[in-house]
Amino acid sequence: MAAPFEHSDNGVIVVIGTGAGGGVLANELAQRGVSVVALEAGGRYLPEDYVNDEWESFGQLAWLDPRTTSGDWRVSRDFSGLPAWIVKAVGGTTTHWAGASLRFQDHEWKAATNYGPVEGANLLDWPIDGAEMAPWYDKAEKKLGVTQTNDMPALPGCNNYKVFEAGAKSVGYENVHTGRMAINSEESDGRMACQQTGFCFQGCKWGAKWSAAYTDIPRGEATGNLEVRERAHVARILHDDAGKVTGVEYFDADGSLQMQAARAVCVAGNSIESPRMLLNSASSMFPDGLANASGQVGRNYMRHLTGSVYGVFDKPVRMWRGTTMAGIIQDEARHDPARGFVGGYELETLALGLPFMAAFLDPGSWGREFTTALDSYENMAGMWIVGEDMPQETNRITLNEGVKDQFGLPVADVHYTDHPNDVAMRNHAYGRGAAIYDAVGATRTLPTPPYPSTHNLGTNRMSENPRDGVVDKWGRAHDVPNLFVSDGSQFTTGAAENPTLTIVALAMRQADHIAGELSRGTL
Amino acid sequence: MMTTTSQQRGQQRGLTRRELLSRTMAAGASFVVGSGFVAANDAAWATEMNALKPDSFATLVQMARDIYPHDHVADEYYVVAVKGYDTPDAVDDIEAGIEMLNAAARDTGFDRYLDIGWERDRVAVLRGIEDSAFFQRIRGGLVTGLYNQKEVWPLFGYEGESYSEGGYINRGFDDINWL
Repeated sequence: MAAPFEHSDNGVIVVIGTGAGGGVLANELAQRGVSVVALEAGGRYLPEDYVNDEWESFGQLAWLDPRTTSGDWRVSRDFSGLPAWIVKAVGGTTTHWAGASLRFQDHEWKAATNYGPVEGANLLDWPIDGAEMAPWYDKAEKKLGVTQTNDMPALPGCNNYKVFEAGAKSVGYENVHTGRMAINSEESDGRMACQQTGFCFQGCKWGAKWSAAYTDIPRGEATGNLEVRERAHVARILHDDAGKVTGVEYFDADGSLQMQAARAVCVAGNSIESPRMLLNSASSMFPDGLANASGQVGRNYMRHLTGSVYGVFDKPVRMWRGTTMAGIIQDEARHDPARGFVGGYELETLALGLPFMAAFLDPGSWGREFTTALDSYENMAGMWIVGEDMPQETNRITLNEGVKDQFGLPVADVHYTDHPNDVAMRNHAYGRGAAIYDAVGATRTLPTPPYPSTHNLGTNRMSENPRDGVVDKWGRAHDVPNLFVSDGSQFTTGAAENPTLTIVALAMRQADHIAGELSRGTL
Repeated sequence: MMTTTSQQRGQQRGLTRRELLSRTMAAGASFVVGSGFVAANDAAWATEMNALKPDSFATLVQMARDIYPHDHVADEYYVVAVKGYDTPDAVDDIEAGIEMLNAAARDTGFDRYLDIGWERDRVAVLRGIEDSAFFQRIRGGLVTGLYNQKEVWPLFGYEGESYSEGGYINRGFDDINWL
C-alpha cells in the first residue's frame, strides 16, 4: 500500500472516483511517477466479497444515495429514485459492467458532420477522431485483455448466444460473434479464464472479467505513488482567486469534513456525480458552477437508447448459464438514415436472473400477461439494445435543492426525455429483435423497456470551442487550467458502442498528457 | 422503491418456513381455523397471526396470487411473501386496505373479496383499486417478496448461483440441443 499523503500536500493530483476513468487514470499516473490521491465514495470489495445473488449484490454494490428523476422517460415513473444502476465501490462500475469492449466507428466521432442537422438534437463533432484514438484503443485492449484482439481467443457461445446467433443468421445478419469482451477466454495477466458462471453484473468472483478493483488499483498502489481513500465523499472542489483549483473538500468515512490540497483535480465520478460536483462547487467567481461558463455542465445527458427483447420458446434455453453478455450482432450499428433514424445500434445478448426479470421485464405490470411470461423463464432468450441516443440540451443533471443526501448536499436530478430519433431507433430494434427470435421459433416476444441507466454519458462534454462544451480534447476544463474530467461525462456524443473501452482509452491518453504537462512544468 | 424493497426483505428474514404446517399441494381459498390462526381449506398451509385479523391475512394471500398468479406455485410461497405485513407497524394500513378491497368487492355484488369465485371477477376488482397506495404497496412488495424467495426459484427452473459448483463451464452452459 502507498504511504499516505499529507492533506496539505499540494503537489498531489487528486482523482475523484476510481472506475474505468478514475481508476485507470490514477494507476497510469502512478506508473509514471506522479503522486495521486484517489477519493472513492464507496468501499472496497474484491472477488471473495462479491455475492452471486441479484438483490443482495445490488444492496452491496449499487449507488443508492438519493437521486431524483424527471422528464418523460419511463425510468422516471418506474424507478423514480433510481435513474441509474451504477456502482459505489473501489473500481466503480467496472465491477458491474458486462465486459463489452468496442471501439467507436470512425464516423461516430463526427456525428454533427456525418448525421447533418437533427432538429432538437445538440449534436457536435468530437475534437478528436478515430486516427487519434487508434493507438490508445490498442493500449486499452491490451490492458483489458479483450477477446478477439491481440492473442485473446473468442469466448465460447452459451445457450443464450446460440439462440441469438441462429436467429441472426436466419434473418440474414452476418456480423455476429461472441463479442470483444474484457473477459479472459484463457488465463492471462494473472487472472483465470471465464468459468461461464453468470452473474457478470454482480462482480466476477473468478476475476476473469477485467475490473479496475483488482487490476489497476492495486498496481497503482504498489508503486507507492497512489493512495486510495475509501468512503471519501466529495462535497466540493476549491479554487483560488486566480481561478485555479487548489483542493477538494470531502466527507471521510466518519462523516467528518476533510480537505485535500491538490496541484490538479481530475473528476471521474460518473456522468451524474461529476456534473453534480461541479455544480455544487459554485462560488462567487463561478456562480453557475465550476467550469461552467458555457452553461453546458450537466447538459446533453445521454444514456444510450437501450431496451431489451426477450423471446419465449417451447423448449428450454436457460439463458442464465454462462456470461451475461455473450454475443453481439453489429449489422445495425452502421449509420443508414434509410432506416428512419441517424446513427445505429448494437444488439447484445443479456440474461437476468428470475428476481431481476420479475423487477425489470415490465415494471408495474401484473396479472397473467406478466406471469405467463415468467412461467416460461427457463425457455427465454434475451438481448439488449445499445444505440446512439441524441444529445439534447434539456436532458440534463441539475441540483435538486429540495432533496439533500446524507451529508446535506443537494442531490442530482436526472432529467431525460427520448428524442424522436431515439424512439424510431428503439422501435426498429424491437422489430429486428423480435424477428431474430421468431426466426428460430419463438412463441412469444417481449419488447422490454429500458432499465435504469448504466451508460451515463455526456454531461461535461468535450468541444473544440469553449462555447460548446466543458472540456477540451484532453479532458481539461476550458475555464480552469488545472481541472480535468476523466470519465464518460466528457463524451461529446454517445456512439452505438458500450462506452467503457473508450473511457479507458481516453483515461490512458489523458494520463500520458498530464504526466507530460507536469514534466514540462506547464501544469 | 428500493428502500421498500430492502424493508420487505428484512421483514421476511424473521419468518422461518417451520411456521408453515404443511407442504402438500395447495389449491383454493383459505379459511379461518380459529382465533389468530389461518389455514387453507385443504390444510396446505397455516400460520399463526401476530397482528392482522385472520380473515384479512387470508384475503391478502388471495390478493397476492391474483396479482401474480402462477398455477404451479403453491400458496405457501404467497404466504411467505405477505407475512411481513403481519406486524403491529403495518396492521392499521393493511386492515384499511383490506376493508377498501372488500368495499370494492361489495360494489360488484359480492359480500367480500374472498367470496368471489372467478379470478377474472377478482382481477376486475383489483383493476379498480390498482392506483391506490395499498395496491401498489402489496404489488411492489411481491416483486421481491415472491420472486426473491430462493425456494421459489426451482419452480421456474432458475438455478441461482453456480460459483460454488464451478460455474457452468462443464455443466451445460452450451447444452442446447433443439436449434
